[in-house]
Amino acid sequence: MSEAAVVPHSSNEAWTLPSRGVVGMLCLILAEAAIFLIFVVAYIYYEGKSLSGPTPQQVLKLPIFATICLLSSSITVHFAASALHRGTRNMCSLWLAATVLLGGIFITGTGIEWYELIYHEGLTIQTNLFGTTFYSLVGLHASHVIFGLIMLLVTLLFSLSGKLSARHAYRVEVLSLYWHFVDAVWVVVFLVVYVLGR
Amino acid sequence: MATQAPVNEALDPALQVAPGNSVLQILHAWITTVDHKKIGLMYIGSALLFLVVAGFEAILMRIQLAIPNNHFISPQSFNRLFTMHGTTMVFFVGMPILFGFGNYLIPLMIGARDMAFPRLNAFSFWCTFFGSLLLYFSYLGGNGLAGAGSAPDVGWWAYAPLTARPFSPGHSTDYWTLAVLLSGVSSIGSAVNIVATTISMRCPGMKLSRMPLLVWLYLVMSMLAFVTVSPLTAAQIMLMLDRYLGSHFFDTQAGGSAVLWMHFFWIFGHPEVYVLVLPAFAFANEIIPVFSRKAIFGYPAMVAASVGIGFVSLSVWAHHMFTVGMTAGANTFFVFATMTISVPTGIKIFNWLATLWGGKIQFKTAMMFAVGFLFQFLVAGLTGVMLAAAPFDWQLGGSYFVVAHFHYVLVGAILFMLFSAFYYWYPKITGRLLSEKLGKWHFWLFVIGFHLTFDFMHIPGILGMPRRIYTYEADRGWMFWNMVVSSGAFVQTIGTLVFVFNLIWSYFKGAVAGPDPWDAWTLEWSTTSPPPPYNFAVIPMVESRRPLWDIKHPEDFDQHYE
Amino acid sequence: MFTACLTSALLQVPDIVHGPTSIFSPDGTPAHSVFGLSMLVLSICVAIFLTVAGLLIYVIVRFRHRRSDPNALEEPTQIYGSNQIELSWTVIPILIVVMLFLATARVIYSTQHAPKPANALDVTVIGHQFWWEYRYPKLGVVTANELHIPVSDPRHPTPTYLTLASADTDHSFWIPRLAGKTDLIPNRVNTMWIDPATTGLYLGQCAQFCGAQHAKMLLRVYADTPEQFAAWVIHQKQTAAQTSSAVEGQAVFQHNACISCHTVAGTIATGRFGPDLTHVATRDTIASGAVVNSAANLRAFVEDPAHFKPGVLMPPMHLNDHDLDAVTAYLMTLR
Repeated sequence: MSEAAVVPHSSNEAWTLPSRGVVGMLCLILAEAAIFLIFVVAYIYYEGKSLSGPTPQQVLKLPIFATICLLSSSITVHFAASALHRGTRNMCSLWLAATVLLGGIFITGTGIEWYELIYHEGLTIQTNLFGTTFYSLVGLHASHVIFGLIMLLVTLLFSLSGKLSARHAYRVEVLSLYWHFVDAVWVVVFLVVYVLGR
Repeated sequence: MATQAPVNEALDPALQVAPGNSVLQILHAWITTVDHKKIGLMYIGSALLFLVVAGFEAILMRIQLAIPNNHFISPQSFNRLFTMHGTTMVFFVGMPILFGFGNYLIPLMIGARDMAFPRLNAFSFWCTFFGSLLLYFSYLGGNGLAGAGSAPDVGWWAYAPLTARPFSPGHSTDYWTLAVLLSGVSSIGSAVNIVATTISMRCPGMKLSRMPLLVWLYLVMSMLAFVTVSPLTAAQIMLMLDRYLGSHFFDTQAGGSAVLWMHFFWIFGHPEVYVLVLPAFAFANEIIPVFSRKAIFGYPAMVAASVGIGFVSLSVWAHHMFTVGMTAGANTFFVFATMTISVPTGIKIFNWLATLWGGKIQFKTAMMFAVGFLFQFLVAGLTGVMLAAAPFDWQLGGSYFVVAHFHYVLVGAILFMLFSAFYYWYPKITGRLLSEKLGKWHFWLFVIGFHLTFDFMHIPGILGMPRRIYTYEADRGWMFWNMVVSSGAFVQTIGTLVFVFNLIWSYFKGAVAGPDPWDAWTLEWSTTSPPPPYNFAVIPMVESRRPLWDIKHPEDFDQHYE
Repeated sequence: MFTACLTSALLQVPDIVHGPTSIFSPDGTPAHSVFGLSMLVLSICVAIFLTVAGLLIYVIVRFRHRRSDPNALEEPTQIYGSNQIELSWTVIPILIVVMLFLATARVIYSTQHAPKPANALDVTVIGHQFWWEYRYPKLGVVTANELHIPVSDPRHPTPTYLTLASADTDHSFWIPRLAGKTDLIPNRVNTMWIDPATTGLYLGQCAQFCGAQHAKMLLRVYADTPEQFAAWVIHQKQTAAQTSSAVEGQAVFQHNACISCHTVAGTIATGRFGPDLTHVATRDTIASGAVVNSAANLRAFVEDPAHFKPGVLMPPMHLNDHDLDAVTAYLMTLR
């Protein structure tokens, strides 16, 4: 019986496997997508079942501008990752800043929308089933946006202070995957809540 | 299967504690470790601790139920006991011990030095450990110990609206929710690690089709975990929103649906039991071939069956809800899906049988537990087929027949394979063999106790005894069977104590194992026992599914048969 | 001697098949169709078990490693698989599954889509923590905990259709000898039907965990002859008996919180949180089957309900002995 005598790696063939950061992030995205799916299912299930209170048709307005901002931020974050890949750190900082700005506009838009709904329309999470499912779904998405903005801001600060270089491009790539996911979820939420649900 | 001369111990610093290491330094090393082997052992250790605690909860319940109208435990305490027993066993014994084994073994079996994300690994462990402490802290909250505090008492499924504020005014539901949420976060973290490690860190030459089946099964189990645990996390967030922000997800007074909770819970709950059983299959796939001295029969079929089980398990959840009043069409669909899953499951049993066929079976303790697993998993699967027939389930569901069925899977299949895994890999982990003599005592005591309890537990179910009752009427004819069931619990306890003793005794006095005591074929047996922190001196390259078989049998390379 | 011991031992072993709540002692159509299906499923599973377990036993005996084996030190021939074999043990199970599935689907549809005869009796069952409310909408009867229904002659069926609802959490109605269980879920209406062919008392209990006293939420279904049932209905529709001997007790009842939870038809007591007490003295049990109905038990229950059912929602009434005696006497007159 032999010990430790397995053939050691001496071959020159390339043995490349998918990068673990990307795989890990994709797995996380899968899990998060499943969570969002459940909230979407709850939203759809309870459509029309509220016993009282404002309905989506009465109070919801299409958040077109905020949506455009958020979806554009996917493009800007992609440019940030490629800029860093090419080694142009200043461009990376610029595009990251643009992403944070666009994401910030989106969140502000959500905040304004909620202010209107709560104080002027009287719709809270307690009001009825629509309120319950609306605030939880949109809120869950918003919390993911905020988390992403924090991560992007931290990355921006690293970039501005000169600590980022081309070898970190891969990590910005992984972060951008998360951000793309957040945008994709918004597409679904937008369709389900603001388009199909009204 | 000759044991190695103790040459390896000179090479192995891991077992030796350097002189001068204080207790504090050792503790610090373990608490701050990111090494997959230490983390795996911490998972296993904490799971064993909670196995004993939850087992004790079971003993208390069995004493209470041994005779009708017993006054050993109050109704409120009993309701806490069955809730805590189930919650602990699923989330703080089952998940941790299985992730623990996975953590320890997977890098070794794929020729890697550690998991993909070591710090995430440590975070996952401490998350679940904290969750378990939080769950048990609940006993101290509320009215304190005598009133059994605020320990959860809503069943481990926490059905709505029993968990709503009006019906659960204290914090018992909150302890359940938060502790289980922590366990869920931990599980997702571990699953991410396993998938990333398996995909991205295999040693050269180890294509997916050459991975040990254990690694395949953990891969499927982890993928399943992503889409399984998340629905529970989502539902628990909804529950907390209901309880604290006044939302109405499960508030039936406001038009909410109690059935929606059931759907969300069982969309988690059914695949969850597959998350628990797939690692048991993983162990069987490694252990049965080695002790039969034959390669696993039908490797591609086993992979396909495992993936198939993973997918189908996502479609069967409402067989837990046959009595809820779904339409005939819905009931029929779930009958079909549930019965379908028996096909890939049966394929696995047949492939194990075929592996044994023509072999030279060695009945070491590890193999005895594996054979027990085969018989018992067969029975468990068949009682599952009975329950899949919805009208039969209208009678048997919610009764002790179901309790017997799922304990047959959890104890008879999963725990038996876990015991088998302990006997098989303990030498690798510690460098010493577990005592075979004590092992045989453990096996026979446990098998007898198991069958006393769980075979006869089917009968009260047939006789109409529902589950989750703290006592029962004397005129139903249930007493005799309950006494037999309760007596088996004590026999299992003795068997478990023998096992714990074996674990401790063998650590100090067990025969030295060497790197490859079982003459096995996967990569973990090519390094020392225990492995050094870096696992392998040189990253191996493999050319078949059984690299060590190739070395030991150069005339009969496994590669020919891929 | 041995035979005598064995026989007496066997006679002591309880019947593992029959019993007052055994699913293998069916009475009535739903229970019988489930029983038929269960026998089919059981026999197939037993056959599979004997085959596979038999093979397993054969294998572990036949292919044991024996030191006496001339080739003991060699590895056995390595066999990696066989597509034909894999196919065969995929196809055969699929066929068994299809057969089982079709048999099962048939019973599902025959039970859930059974056409409802015109003369079926309708009862609304409302589950409470921890008692059962029964309302007969077409007959104007409201009662609690003991369900009376007419027996059903298979030649001219008069089944009872139960509409199931819940006032609080989930419950489940399970009388094993009559039918499978169906849940009572708040904000949802379920239906089931039963048609006992034999008169008598059928037992069961709540089968979905509903809180502290789930274990004592027992079920009693009385299958009466048509005449007995008609007489029972007439009696139930009468308002409460007014007996001069119980005037004091009635006063105690009506001046305490009793009336806010309980109904006594024809009096000011119109509470609906607790069971209807109009005819409580005619019931065999109180506390949802947990306790035999007697003056002593009734008194003890009113004094401290938690004595019999710890965790029950009725609070102790804090009455003094004199009032307790009086109110018990009053309750005993509610025939």
